[in-house]
Amino acid sequence: MKAVQHVAGRAIPLNKADVDTDQIMPKQFLKRIERSGFGPFAFFEWRKDPDFVMNIPAYEGAPIMLAQQNFGCGSSREHAVWGLEDSGVEAIIAPSFGDIFRNNSSKVGLLTIELPQADIDYLMNRHEELPTAEIVIDVATQTVSVADGSWSRTFEIDPFVKHRLLNGLDDIGLTLQHDDSIAQFEKTRSTLYPDTSAAGQNGLKVG
Amino acid sequence: MPKTIIEKIWEQHVVRTAAGEPDLLYIDLHLVHEVTSPQAFESLRMTGRKVRRPELTLATVDHNVPTTDRSQPNPDPLSAQQIATLQENAKEFGVPLWDIFDVRQGIVHIISPEHGLTQPGMTIVCGDSHTSTHGAFGALAFGIGTSEVEHVLATQTLPQLKPKTMSIEVTGSLKPGVTAKDVVLAIIRKIGVDGGVGHVIEYRGDVIRNLSMEGRMTICNMTIEGGARAGLIAPDDTTFAYVKGREFAPKGEDWDKAVENWKALATDEGATFDTNIVLVGEEIEPHVTWGTTPAQSVPISAVVPSPDDASSASAKETAERSLKYMDLKAGTPITDIAVDRVFIGSCTNGRIEDLRAAAKVVEGRQVASTVRAMVVPGSGLVKIQAEQEGLHEVFQAAGFEWREPGCSMCLGMNPDILLPGERSASTSNRNFEGRQGAGGRTHLVSPEMAAAAAIAGHFVDIRDWK
Repeated sequence: MKAVQHVAGRAIPLNKADVDTDQIMPKQFLKRIERSGFGPFAFFEWRKDPDFVMNIPAYEGAPIMLAQQNFGCGSSREHAVWGLEDSGVEAIIAPSFGDIFRNNSSKVGLLTIELPQADIDYLMNRHEELPTAEIVIDVATQTVSVADGSWSRTFEIDPFVKHRLLNGLDDIGLTLQHDDSIAQFEKTRSTLYPDTSAAGQNGLKVG
Repeated sequence: MPKTIIEKIWEQHVVRTAAGEPDLLYIDLHLVHEVTSPQAFESLRMTGRKVRRPELTLATVDHNVPTTDRSQPNPDPLSAQQIATLQENAKEFGVPLWDIFDVRQGIVHIISPEHGLTQPGMTIVCGDSHTSTHGAFGALAFGIGTSEVEHVLATQTLPQLKPKTMSIEVTGSLKPGVTAKDVVLAIIRKIGVDGGVGHVIEYRGDVIRNLSMEGRMTICNMTIEGGARAGLIAPDDTTFAYVKGREFAPKGEDWDKAVENWKALATDEGATFDTNIVLVGEEIEPHVTWGTTPAQSVPISAVVPSPDDASSASAKETAERSLKYMDLKAGTPITDIAVDRVFIGSCTNGRIEDLRAAAKVVEGRQVASTVRAMVVPGSGLVKIQAEQEGLHEVFQAAGFEWREPGCSMCLGMNPDILLPGERSASTSNRNFEGRQGAGGRTHLVSPEMAAAAAIAGHFVDIRDWK
């Protein structure tokens, strides 16, 4: 995973609650077996509306997205995160996120920042009116600021996620450092749990 | 200190705990399907890693498979490629696969319970948000993304932050015509689509206790629609009776030992939850969703609500947008809404009990001439069971299409989709914009209500069905 220390730039105000991952990445694009190239499919249906915020040239290429409560709810498809990432979005600021989406984001280095509704309202209005205005996010100090420093807030972040983001650490690599703990756990694990080896590779055929 | 079932299962699976870090949890069963796994296997290949415990892993194909005659070539080359990729990955990494022509193939959340792989007290994950279904057995089961799929394949563990706990108690009993689907729609309507964020839910109370395993799976299945990743029900005699004798269930002395362990999982007297919700069973009516989130539902006896009644300005805006998308006017009686398509199936309502209930409603009647209706059994075994009981004949005689098992029109990854503007009565779990096809309009209902809508051509109150 790439390290994420700062994100700075313009912000896309996506002023709608409960944006689900079916909207962010419609199902027809989940058939791809590649990991990259999902950007053009992000918000595929909504992008057909010329007034959709991501179609407004002033917001093109902005690295920050402002969203409303429960952003990324619904399906576990990580393709939604990949699509945003591939569209150039590096951080999303919202009052709350869907649990799985937030988790998926933390695995690939897409920042998800929660701020109180009043702060989101302030930023949403600001960036609807001032598309060229910029926001600065600093992970180490856990701050979100407007570019001239006249407004600033701190945000909460899980300390372990912060550590991984700042250092670009791969989750699997970290877990494998505890291989001995896993092996130890497996030695004492109950033998009553089921085992799929009998399921076999060659099953019964239909008809 | 008294503990909840959630805390007990958690503690039994902690491999490692350290200050300032998430707990490392051991995963007992990892279910894999074709859509959320290809990038995870590819990354294993690139890093030279293996699947740590293939014998705690089971793969099948469900999201993407055609539900028509499978001896014909797959009509979609991209789908065919994704299915072939899982076949190759399963072979290379030694993961058991119930493939497209295997009689055990089906929706991942249906096949695992029906073979007894899903058991109380387990941790179960899958790259699918409806993994919460397995919570019906008193397992801690939740959906994960592809990065986490890779993590579990490589390590058989997942780092997880301890969730908050929520008790949802449904008291009393249900009135005739009210099903598990209506209970869960009523729950989501009450707590909202984000009410459960950050929580694991334990469903409790007499209504839950008196549900069959199929009904419990329907409830736990839709947990994610209320924002919680996992929801479970403490195992009891109903659970044990369902699991006993199935292929992967413990046998002989092991069975007795297992049941003893499972009985000890129940939440202790005096244990507390972070959040407590209570619903009265007698007050729950058959529900229909009218909007584009699973929380936007009303009882069948109601009318489409007015955005003016919304609790906040943003809720009003959301409601207005939903009505526009759904092409509905506030004040319209739900029973006046006509449907073009009916879909009976999915991991929510594609089990044998669901098909029996729907067949009972349609028996001896005809699907309305304006409606195209299909039944998609949740698995190969559900299909065989239904055919042995003659249910397929009941459906076909009424004018329903009888299909091969898979996720089908629940998410429309295969050719089973709504056309723009078409309206469905669907037994699935999500009514998001475009979920069943771009521009399609979905109303979530129980199997009985879907079956009745197919016959009448519009929604009807199943309690009036004669």
